[in-house]
Amino acid sequence: MQARAGSRFGDRAFKWLTLVMALVIFALIVLIVRELTHGSRLALQKFGWRFLISSDWDPVNGVFGALPFIFGTLVSSAIALIIAVPISIATAVYLTELAPLWVRQPLIMFIELLAAVPSVILGLWGIFVMVPWLHNHLVPVLRGLFGFLPLFQGTNYGPCMLAGGIIVAIMIIPIITSVSREILRSVPGLQREAAYALGATRWEVTRIAVLSYAKKGLFGAVILGLGRALGETMAVTMVIGNTPQITASLFAPADTLAATIANQFNEATGNLYTSALFEIGLVLLGVTVLVNIFAQLLLKTFAGPSVKPQQ
Amino acid sequence: MTAPNHRWRKFKNAVVQTLTFTCAILVVTPLLLVFYHLIRLGFSSINWAFFTQLPKPVGEPGGGMANAIAGTFILLGQAAVFGVPVGVLGGVFLSENGSSKLTWWIRFAADVLNGVPSITWGIVVYALMVVPMRGFSALAGGVVLGMMMIPLVMRTTEEVLQLVPGGYREAALALGIAKWKTIVQIVMRTALKGIVTGVLLALARVAGETAPLLFTAFGNLGWAHKLTEPIAAMPLQIFIYAISPYDDWHRQAWAGALVLLVLVLAVNFGVRFLTRDRFTQRT
Repeated sequence: MQARAGSRFGDRAFKWLTLVMALVIFALIVLIVRELTHGSRLALQKFGWRFLISSDWDPVNGVFGALPFIFGTLVSSAIALIIAVPISIATAVYLTELAPLWVRQPLIMFIELLAAVPSVILGLWGIFVMVPWLHNHLVPVLRGLFGFLPLFQGTNYGPCMLAGGIIVAIMIIPIITSVSREILRSVPGLQREAAYALGATRWEVTRIAVLSYAKKGLFGAVILGLGRALGETMAVTMVIGNTPQITASLFAPADTLAATIANQFNEATGNLYTSALFEIGLVLLGVTVLVNIFAQLLLKTFAGPSVKPQQ
Repeated sequence: MTAPNHRWRKFKNAVVQTLTFTCAILVVTPLLLVFYHLIRLGFSSINWAFFTQLPKPVGEPGGGMANAIAGTFILLGQAAVFGVPVGVLGGVFLSENGSSKLTWWIRFAADVLNGVPSITWGIVVYALMVVPMRGFSALAGGVVLGMMMIPLVMRTTEEVLQLVPGGYREAALALGIAKWKTIVQIVMRTALKGIVTGVLLALARVAGETAPLLFTAFGNLGWAHKLTEPIAAMPLQIFIYAISPYDDWHRQAWAGALVLLVLVLAVNFGVRFLTRDRFTQRT
């Protein structure tokens, strides 16, 4: 009897212990939101919504507006997605549908290793290898081909928006690829067999039976990649030039929300300056959390009914 | 009559095969390039002094990153202390209590938390610890890395516990063993290798984090003697060296990056190799 009562107590205690630990997740969310709103209250009071639409960033005169950083974040993420999405999805298709079996495992491992490369190392490589290469080779070529567009005009500085976009692309490719691969793998085999039975080629099977079935999940993978792109910090701050400005040229230096916090936070003098940087953090948090919620909902509803592969 | 059409379809098939293969090559290229340049530019600066000496002032050649290497391990040790118990036990809750609305929300929150930019964590812990304690500290660095580990470890622990066959639990319960003992002694023990793998991968992931350490651990060109002092870490040191204008420091940055990358990739590669058959067979 005693032993049983003891174990019942043990069960209850253990369950409560694990529950409390799991609830720490919510505590962390509350903590993040609370500290960021508390930290940014000065700037919130002083600038209100103007903070988001003003492009003056003048620490000397105590005027702060986040628009150039929002612009830089959106444009560099857009560049990253334009590069990363086709490459990642094509690679995922290759890995699940087209590649010979012996190629798949080593390739998957390579992609996982790429995902593990710390962002500061990519940034180092970016500064000393990629940016000079862009400056000397890619930018002149782009200018020659597309120079009639404002995007590809302007002085060739070196660190620039384009460099930031490319480095972010390198960082999100492994994520989009591996999530897309999981999605494609969860497409039921019967879908494919039915298409093969109609005499379709491999590509037709992929297009008709696999890709159209997995559309929603792949979209989720892309949005997840976008969430990462928006928050990338170190590699971006090292190659983007850290100049808050809004210009059409991709060859001009720019700045992003995350990069500017990394750059200016320790040098920020005065409460208002620090507070403005906290508010930038709050904006960044809001955007990335919304994007991530959207991505998770897409992925979860996709995986919901059909996740079990049929034998 | 269908022959030309058939040939056209086969041709399209071949084109797509080639295109997707090219994309796969493009994905792998950056990793190879980064590795190539790290070895070319970093290997020559790696020597005994690199692992045993402090950084030298600008202009003096030589010196090393001993403090940053030790600092990274100290930070990781703290992160493990703060992050692993919470993560693992939380993962046990998610896995062993069926699915309910609550577990769905916790899982969802953990996944969203995994997507919070690391720089945000940095300023949160700055406000939470650095401001009240009136200074950057190794402790704040450990806490921020530990917090970032929690959702990672929770999700991987849950996943590997789910792989333990239900029959194990039922068999133990049928013998009259208390549920918590079943979980700790049978379920968690069976999945131990997987739990450790998850923890190591999470550690490898935060080991390379720079952004959250900028305003917490801060960096230090000498040794930190107490946890309340600023401490050096490899990613921080690489960043500081990389954006400096000095060639000597650039060389050190390459060497540090090479060591850090080898460390991170060795952990990733090692745990995958160790647990390979287990995971590929079960899933």
